[in-house]
Amino acid sequence: MRVLAALSGGVDSAVAAARAVDAGHDVVGVHMALSRNRDQFRTGSRGCCSLEDAGDARRAADVLGIPYYVWDLSERFEETVVADFLAEYEAGRTPNPCVRCNEHIKFEALLDKAVALGFEAVCTGHYARVETAEDGTRRLHRARDASKDQSYVLAVMGPRRLQRAMFPLGDVTSKEETRREAAARGLSVSAKPDSYDICFVADGDTRGFLRERLGSRPGEVVDADGTVLGRHDGAYAYTVGQRRGLALGRPAADGRPRYVLSVEPVRNQVVVGPAEALQVGAVEADRAVWFGGAPAPDEAVTCTVQVRAHGAAVPAVARVRADGTLDVGVDPAGGLRGVAPGQSLVLYDGTRVLGQATVTGTRRPTGADLRGSAGGTGAGTVAAGAR
Amino acid sequence: MSAYLDHAATTPVLPQAARVLAEQLARTGNPSSLHASGRAARRVVEEAREGLAAALGARPSEVLWTSGGTEADNLAVKGLFWARQAQDPARRRVLVSAVEHHAVLDPARWLAEHAGAEVVLLPVDDAGVLVVDALRAELERAGDRTALVSVMWANNEVGALQPLADVVELAHRAGVPVHTDAVQAVGQVPVDFTATGVDALTVSGHKLGGPGGTGALLARRGLDLTPVLHGGGQERGVRSGSLDAALLASFAVAVAEAVGGREAQARRLGALRDRLVAGALRAVPDAVLRGPADPARRLPGNAHLTFPGCEGDSLLFLLDSAGVEASTGSACQAGVPQPSHVLLAMGLAADEARGALRFSLGHTSTEADVDALLEVLPEVVARARAAGLSTVPSLAPAAAGAR
Repeated sequence: MRVLAALSGGVDSAVAAARAVDAGHDVVGVHMALSRNRDQFRTGSRGCCSLEDAGDARRAADVLGIPYYVWDLSERFEETVVADFLAEYEAGRTPNPCVRCNEHIKFEALLDKAVALGFEAVCTGHYARVETAEDGTRRLHRARDASKDQSYVLAVMGPRRLQRAMFPLGDVTSKEETRREAAARGLSVSAKPDSYDICFVADGDTRGFLRERLGSRPGEVVDADGTVLGRHDGAYAYTVGQRRGLALGRPAADGRPRYVLSVEPVRNQVVVGPAEALQVGAVEADRAVWFGGAPAPDEAVTCTVQVRAHGAAVPAVARVRADGTLDVGVDPAGGLRGVAPGQSLVLYDGTRVLGQATVTGTRRPTGADLRGSAGGTGAGTVAAGAR
Repeated sequence: MSAYLDHAATTPVLPQAARVLAEQLARTGNPSSLHASGRAARRVVEEAREGLAAALGARPSEVLWTSGGTEADNLAVKGLFWARQAQDPARRRVLVSAVEHHAVLDPARWLAEHAGAEVVLLPVDDAGVLVVDALRAELERAGDRTALVSVMWANNEVGALQPLADVVELAHRAGVPVHTDAVQAVGQVPVDFTATGVDALTVSGHKLGGPGGTGALLARRGLDLTPVLHGGGQERGVRSGSLDAALLASFAVAVAEAVGGREAQARRLGALRDRLVAGALRAVPDAVLRGPADPARRLPGNAHLTFPGCEGDSLLFLLDSAGVEASTGSACQAGVPQPSHVLLAMGLAADEARGALRFSLGHTSTEADVDALLEVLPEVVARARAAGLSTVPSLAPAAAGAR
């Protein structure tokens, strides 16, 4: 098979490409240039954005004996991932740029171009498995090493693009195994540090990045009753569940810490309250993507849901409403709290990804959530998505 | 077997140059040493100097060895600027054509950022040829405040030969020295340093069949150049660094061979080039030949075409997969394709400039190379065109998920 291996310059994509070569595929390495001005992007740890990363990717391709190209996707990246990141924060939501990058860049812009140029698959260093179901369709599963699993950020690609995805690291037992394999193959990136930051935000300073791009927009910090407790310099700098950095002048009457409950962009307010107000009994979501077909309207789908890249999966019952939006009742014992509009929600059946959607709002626990109150009356809603 | 159509990037070492290199590599001696081994090495270096000078119409004392074209360009631009500044601080203007190689453009920009230079990019016409009137106007306006003019002999991307005689006449009338980057020209068109009247000229070894890491700046006697590299005082104190007798001997042999066989080679390559261009335009009717339409006004080995609706990097990849090696025109450090500054200066829109391919022929090029290209070109362009569109061309159109 003619395979395009996306090479970020990190150890994972290098070993994935090596495995694709070993499997007998005709592999070509491509490094995506995601910034026009590469000096502005973070250097050092694994990014895929710096000149150092481009050099490491090229060296890995040379060691593997495969051709290497750089494709400039910087305009698409800025138009989709970065613009979405800013617009979401501006709208009081909490985006995951890695999800958007997988959606618009790796498995859209890159994949489309690869297919047009005659490739049959795109291979990346993501930790996830693809298994072929009895009906011949391919299904996305969690990686064997649950701690490295990245199915959460991949689910957004949907079933059609999954047909052309290749994740050779899905059955790796640990990151150490990947590093050992890289060293054994003579890949110099074997000891390169992992990155956990957003690649286009220098020094991991998201707040500083947002301030630079969105400017200062002073407003009020209020409690659930609307009482003004303090000021902020831009509501976009706050995210649901946040406790630090509120700089409230006076303590709560009960002396307990307060957390961000919601961000209201229209009123430019940050709403704060006690920890228990963050508990989530149900999550509402839209823009659903289903693997293996969407459930029938109002059909109760027993599953687990995950709302963060490194978060735990919580038992849940999901229902699709007639309008295609999703209502997911979660098990209160799962301890799901502080879920913000904009977060990606992924539904699993065991290790298998059922679907993915984007959170629009949450409701407090009512005691009946697992039965899936698909009506979504709005009672107890703390974080209705500001649309 | 692949068809190598990228001789402007680098060309195979000529057999005679390789032989000389291998012979000389076995010998020991620093040309600066006074003992017998040093003297022997020096003799090799000086014979090379004489050979190179003779081939290019210069005096041996006018040859300054460098590590390559980039170093020679840096020495010319910075060295001339600093020297002129020392004589007359008012001379801070640097006039360069907008289509210079980065080895000239970037030192000029560096001088603007760090040394108070005022850089003027001289415009070119739609064929990539310097607009002489623009140079005349700049020199009439502020010739007495101009430190130097640098205009390449032939453009490396679109092959346009530049009106150097006009440049020299105008600049000298204003008392301004002229540098020319002749890296692409030597061995392809007649290059005579003294006859052309330029004050400094850059030549590179590996572009004409010599070894990599060799180059020279021909600098007119009496021309003041401030050194860029300081050290042991070699090369008239202008360019320090121990000389490598083997590399220089090989370089000089390559220059002599390339210049000696130039006329016949140019005729042969010109015919091959014409066949390539005609075939490409037949295969892809909406492709556009860039650079001068008159074959006599461009490098004989250069064919530069743009293919509407295609990304240059897609074309490059597909050709490479098919065993045809070409270039988008200008390489860049990280391999990130940027629209060529040469094509933009010629007035192309960024989208037009994106689908550019440069085919460059050299001493090993054959009809079979050109035929190999012409055979795969239609399919390659069709595929690149499909990939160039921003929509999804090959996957089923249904949107993901249930809506």
